[in-house]
Amino acid sequence: MLEVKEIHTFYGLSHILFGVSLNVDSGQVVCLLGRNGAGKTTTLKSVLGMAPPRQGQIFFKGEEVTGKEPYIMVRKGVGYVPDDRRIFADLTVGENLEIAARKTEERKDWDKNAVYELFPRLREMDSRKGGFLSGGEQKMLAIGRALMGNPEFLLLDEPTEGLAPVLVRVLRGTIERLKGFGLTVLLAEQNVKFTLRLSDYGYIIEKGQIAYKGTVKELTENEEVRKTCGIQ
Amino acid sequence: MELSQSISFAALGGHFFVGLSRAMILFVVTSGLSLVLGVLRVPNIAHGSLYMIGAFAAYTISRLFGGGSTAFWLALVISPFVVAAVSLVAERLLFQHLYQREHLMLLLFTFALMLILGDLVKLVWGAGEYRSIVPPQLLKGSASIFGSSIPRYNLFLIIIGPLVAVGLWLFTNRTKMGKIARAAAVDREMVGAVGINVSWVFAFAFVLGCFLAGLGGALVAPTISVSLGMDHDIIIEAFLIVTIGGLGNMWGAMVGSLIFGLTQSFGVLFWPQFAIVFPYTAVVIVLLWRPMGMLKSVW
Ligand SMILES: Nc1ncnc2c1ncn2[C@@H]1O[C@H](COP(=O)(O)OP(=O)(O)OP(=O)(O)O)[C@@H](O)[C@H]1O
Ligand SMILES: [Mg+2]
Repeated sequence: MLEVKEIHTFYGLSHILFGVSLNVDSGQVVCLLGRNGAGKTTTLKSVLGMAPPRQGQIFFKGEEVTGKEPYIMVRKGVGYVPDDRRIFADLTVGENLEIAARKTEERKDWDKNAVYELFPRLREMDSRKGGFLSGGEQKMLAIGRALMGNPEFLLLDEPTEGLAPVLVRVLRGTIERLKGFGLTVLLAEQNVKFTLRLSDYGYIIEKGQIAYKGTVKELTENEEVRKTCGIQ
Repeated sequence: MELSQSISFAALGGHFFVGLSRAMILFVVTSGLSLVLGVLRVPNIAHGSLYMIGAFAAYTISRLFGGGSTAFWLALVISPFVVAAVSLVAERLLFQHLYQREHLMLLLFTFALMLILGDLVKLVWGAGEYRSIVPPQLLKGSASIFGSSIPRYNLFLIIIGPLVAVGLWLFTNRTKMGKIARAAAVDREMVGAVGINVSWVFAFAFVLGCFLAGLGGALVAPTISVSLGMDHDIIIEAFLIVTIGGLGNMWGAMVGSLIFGLTQSFGVLFWPQFAIVFPYTAVVIVLLWRPMGMLKSVW
């Protein structure tokens, strides 16, 4: 579904990604693990077109999409959940969802009601301003907002960041359900335990380069990986 | 004491209504400026030029249709669209490439645009000649309210102002486009990341703001002599109003316009020689008291 080939991404003059390549097959949950500043967010932003790569190529559903603007990527079926949530603070919860609504003939399962079924807490807050939600609630809203676009492919950036352990467990259930709905997910995380339990395949990124890749089993059995990720 | 005795209740009432109607014209213009400031973050100095073009267009259109009542209504309806068309061209050709620039650049650019548009108006309409529009039959003459006689046209303006306010409120709070514009005001990039082509949202907000400038120009035409220099006069007032009201806040534009219009009008009544000082004093007082404006600023 997604194929990233040797991309180099810059912020101004600083070179951040050095030839990152990765593949995500349809229906899989693939994770991108790495320390702070390793380049996880930059990789997701490159795919979405928010930080278009200067070199290399990106293919989505077989079509080259390198450097396409984010709104076009979303229309092609990509959903984006940013690590800092970026809820529209002045808009109500309901409005946050409404403006992201996007349906096509083939993709029309998600609407406001379906999102509220998934996150019943949000339904109670329909008319509350987005800026007045807690961090966890905003996280749910950011996921719900991405789902409103009826994506086939979800870019999830550090969904567990700042969440209490109980909520992390709930979130895992949610992502498993999304996978059950047929959604493909590229998940950037630092929380190794949470991530490996969910994923089919994983990449480990270090200083803007893919250091290791493999199935979850391969990754957990690899000594080097165990060391860098701190798995006991 | 002599001063206060000479001011009758009727005169007070009269000046109140005149001030109120002036405030409504100011509101129509500044609500547009405020929209552009709030959503696009552009301090558009050329906003006053669009107001002037609205007034000149209204003059020409009303002449074109014979200058009668029908001509007035046609001018009132068509001129804002003329201004909207001009602003759409300006947005697509120029503004859309400049949104990311810093404010100083935008100030210089829109200032230059004001000078250019001013010269264009001079080229098209010429300088000298006295231009005025006659209000339609329905709005001619005066009505008596609480013993003061108020020109009907001013009462018409007092009705139009709140209608524009309600319309704008419905747009920003009840339409999808309005909600998107509010979101884009705060986080443009994220609006793109939910699949919306922000470029057209910005174009729409800009054109709507300029439409209001044009409407203000058309509305003011029957109350003044339409002339060059209108752009400079209004833009200073308009920026002061959005500043005291709270940048980008529509209700702030309303409050600011009321303060400005009413102090101006009562100034004429109490101390005619120094009437001009009153609104500016009010601005200074408001800003000393609330430097960020009366209502919440989006900046
Ligand atoms: N807008 C920017 N301008 C310049 N440098 C940036 C910018 N954003 C990120 N960087 C730099 O790029 C590098 C990679 O950042 P990135 O956000 O991709 O890391 P990350 O893996 O997502 O980290 P984290 O786990 O902290 O979110 C970092 O060194 C960071 O300082
Ligand atoms: Mg990150």
